Amino acid sequence: MVNRVVVGAHYGLKDWLAQRVTAVVMAIYTLYFAINALMLPAMTYEAWSGLFRGGFTRFVTLLFFLSLFYHAWVGVRDIWMDYVKPTGIRLVLHMLTLLVLVGYAGWVAQILWRL
Amino acid sequence: MSEVTVRKQRPKHLALNEIRLPLPGFVSILHRVSGAGLFLCLPILIGLFGMSLGSPESFESYKSVVGNPLVKLILLGLLWAYMHHFCAGIRFLLLDMHKGLDLASARSSARMVLIASLTLTVLIGVKLW
Repeated sequence: MVNRVVVGAHYGLKDWLAQRVTAVVMAIYTLYFAINALMLPAMTYEAWSGLFRGGFTRFVTLLFFLSLFYHAWVGVRDIWMDYVKPTGIRLVLHMLTLLVLVGYAGWVAQILWRL
Repeated sequence: MSEVTVRKQRPKHLALNEIRLPLPGFVSILHRVSGAGLFLCLPILIGLFGMSLGSPESFESYKSVVGNPLVKLILLGLLWAYMHHFCAGIRFLLLDMHKGLDLASARSSARMVLIASLTLTVLIGVKLW
């Protein structure tokens, strides 16, 4: 007798978990950012860009954005899966979503590292 | 086989204008709507973020762009979307951990999410402008 438990391929579980882990990363960063922004003496270019010039803040800011894009990928893909029934159109929308999000990641990295 | 027959006979009522969502359902659909709105506006938000950090000159043009009343209104809307998504997300995380699952607390936490996100939007909006 084959003792096999049918539990599926876990695709859903991985995304479910990723959605929550990225959410927690973004929530913590939001508080970190809010506190730092509130402590800015004045809203000048020097003060504002100085906030992101520090190695730690630059690193966690990139982490926030990468979490955001992964989170957006899972969420937006769910929306396409719920409302767009024709497979071809849905596939195209999935690909477009993925491509713009990868592009955004490059864009944000460039913004942060040219400082 | 019998299950399939039962399923097919189940009445469907999908008149969206007639459905009265309970508060938790309202918070749930707003979570999706706010997420979709934020996703669609990502290029605007990243573009403004890049302008604000590019150079002292681009920082000045960033300031004049966000000084525009129409842009302010859009950003205020997006701020609400972020706050709602944030608060509702924390509620969903707590529900995942089986906290507040009974009807009464689910309803009151849904109400709290709506009030908290609006309050935060007003407070931050006042602070920024």
